[in-house]
Amino acid sequence: MSDVAAKVPETPRADPGLFVRTTPEGRARLDLVVAGMHCAGCLRKVERGLAELPGVEYARANLSTKRVAVRWDPALLRAGAITAKLADIGFDAVPFDPKLLGSMDDGEGRALLRALGVAGFAAANVMLVSVSVWSGLVTDMDDTTRAFFHWISALIALPAVAYAGQPFFRSALRALRAKSMNMDVPIALAVILATAMSLVQTIVNAHHVYFDASVTLLFFLLIGRYLDVQARAKACSAAQNLLGLRAVAATLIAPDGSQRSIAVDNLEPGMRVIVATGARIPADGEVLSGISDVDTSLVTGESVPEAVKPGSAVFAGTLNLGAPLILCVTKRDDDSLLAEIVRLMESAEQGRARYVRIADRAARIYSPAVHIMAFGTLGLWFALGAHWETALTHAIAVLIVTCPCALGLAVPVVQVVATGRLTRQGVLVKAADGLERLAQADTVVFDKTGTLTLGRPRLMNAEEIPAADLALAMALAGKSRHPLSVALAGCGRTLPLPVLDDIHEEPGMGLQAKLGDETIRLGNAGFAGGSGRGPEHAGSELWLRRGTKPALCFRFEDTPRPDAKEAIAALKARGFAIELLSGDREPAVRKLADELGISEWRAAARPDAKIARLEELAARGRKVAMIGDGLNDAPALRAAHVSISPSDAADVSQTAADFIFQGARLSPVVEAVDVARQARRLVFENFGLALAYNAVAVPLAVAGFVTPLVAAVAMSSSSITVTLNSLRLNLGKAKGNR
Amino acid sequence: MNILVFLVPAALILGLLGLAGFLWSLRSGQYDDLEGAAERILFDDDDDKPDEKKNRD
Repeated sequence: MSDVAAKVPETPRADPGLFVRTTPEGRARLDLVVAGMHCAGCLRKVERGLAELPGVEYARANLSTKRVAVRWDPALLRAGAITAKLADIGFDAVPFDPKLLGSMDDGEGRALLRALGVAGFAAANVMLVSVSVWSGLVTDMDDTTRAFFHWISALIALPAVAYAGQPFFRSALRALRAKSMNMDVPIALAVILATAMSLVQTIVNAHHVYFDASVTLLFFLLIGRYLDVQARAKACSAAQNLLGLRAVAATLIAPDGSQRSIAVDNLEPGMRVIVATGARIPADGEVLSGISDVDTSLVTGESVPEAVKPGSAVFAGTLNLGAPLILCVTKRDDDSLLAEIVRLMESAEQGRARYVRIADRAARIYSPAVHIMAFGTLGLWFALGAHWETALTHAIAVLIVTCPCALGLAVPVVQVVATGRLTRQGVLVKAADGLERLAQADTVVFDKTGTLTLGRPRLMNAEEIPAADLALAMALAGKSRHPLSVALAGCGRTLPLPVLDDIHEEPGMGLQAKLGDETIRLGNAGFAGGSGRGPEHAGSELWLRRGTKPALCFRFEDTPRPDAKEAIAALKARGFAIELLSGDREPAVRKLADELGISEWRAAARPDAKIARLEELAARGRKVAMIGDGLNDAPALRAAHVSISPSDAADVSQTAADFIFQGARLSPVVEAVDVARQARRLVFENFGLALAYNAVAVPLAVAGFVTPLVAAVAMSSSSITVTLNSLRLNLGKAKGNR
Repeated sequence: MNILVFLVPAALILGLLGLAGFLWSLRSGQYDDLEGAAERILFDDDDDKPDEKKNRD
């Protein structure tokens, strides 16, 4: 979608009343996204302002998610008064769809935090006891005291492991049921075996127990898991806010002529809706009355607005630029073109499902290796004639020291640091494995309109036009919100503007005004009496006619993003093959491709053609990163190995994409690629560190030298090394800034 | 070593108190908005809970 459209206020804001829920106590509750909240002052202004309203019982702003929850007595206050109050104190509030809120999994983070608390408590207290036991082994601790301490450890560790280990046990069980392996299988096995063996050792009053190892293991791993969930939840809530900003409502014209707001889901074929200037068309339909231009770039990728008149078909999600339109809805919401694209998208999802995360790939090799090693140790000691208990103890020691604690931290810590760094650069990481897939990509396929370009026209021939005429056109264009007028008025020249009288706009045609006695017309060729279209011209045009003089042509083309050329060059320098795949017409695509130095390009590609091209690339073994914004790109975004969308893209595209970048520049894309590659390198380094540590610890364990003390030290040190190594990703950035 | 009979339970009870405190803070939503909490301390007034204030009125 274009910036022009973003600037045009979507006048009929969705009625907040549609989004109110009723609490069991009979109170009304509304969730709002207030994007403008940034500091303590805003927080306080919002909460104070809302609390002042009669009937408001509760108003709490959340600065992390930029959301405000309000609960009030519906008898005393209407929902509209709340958004009005916020607008009064200078905040733009958009109601948040409770359906989106419901799909959000907030419970996972909390459950992990609870488990983390329990594991932390247990780890601290078991360690307290263990340190006493370890020092007692070399001093004068008697058997009774040691047994007492072991029993205390058991008392703390058993319930703690049973509770805090659940996230791992469940995931391991799921993997085993699906007859596959993940990292949680060896983790769960090591924790359960270590705890069980320690319990037996405690009962027989042996010297060594491993309770401390099992609980600290859980503690470290839970930290990794929590960080992982937290980072993803943050990116998801930001993405949801973006979607929430497109609050969905339509203005229905009832048979009696009255108008009211209605949720888009409830639109039925045959209903009449009115679409104001600058508003999004809520459903597929047919124009009943009104002449206007419709920005269809979301659907077709075409940058030039399409003219519509009574009888034309229009699609949901496109933007009405001209005069208000009255539509007759022809399709239900779940039947619309948009819904069809969503279905196409679901069937296109292929690269994703096949992808296995690095950590799980490592687990496929790692888990069997560890289990074989443990069995080998058991067999070896047995063969050497050891007692079965000794053999079992050594085998379990092998399992404990090889437990992938560092591996469990290696990926999430890198992920969190990378996600945090990218969020600060304006890139939201939506998919958990997005960074890994991006690091593998070797081909970048761009969409044109709205992705490489801003989707905003720019005046191309300002030099050819006499200054007086340009000033006249600018003065006239300043009165209209049509994208071409906006581009003309803001063409960057400062000229003294003449004063015009009697300005009015003919919907779908142009503007007319009077300068003295002369009639001035600015609009399409037919309206202003222009003659044809320039020969090799790729964009759209406006004509200006002054009195009876011949009309002048103003040519417009879409503006590339300010750093598009540099970004393409930077991506090429990183070894990417670049391709342009656009739904727009050939001349426009060829011109942009030449300008940006892209040799591979295809024009007039429909959504299925885009998918076909991506499949062709995939069949040649390429890993494609698709960057697109339009509704027409959504299936391609899904089909690609990894996908990126700008933050002003269509809802569906944002949902389909793995990354969302904000702002007008393309440099965040390059940054994302760099961070993804760096993160991948760090993950492998971390695996290397963990393996090196195992290379030392495993022979010791097989030989039976690993006491609980050695296990605890080795495990903690490897976890800390891995974490510190991951934090280097942030250091790299600090250097880059300097 | 009889002193352990007092000290070990004392250590455990203190630890459990800490854990209970953490679980309570988690339940009362204090981890839901970490950024907001950092900023809220800058409010000058002591009463920063709009809901309680309203309920008292």
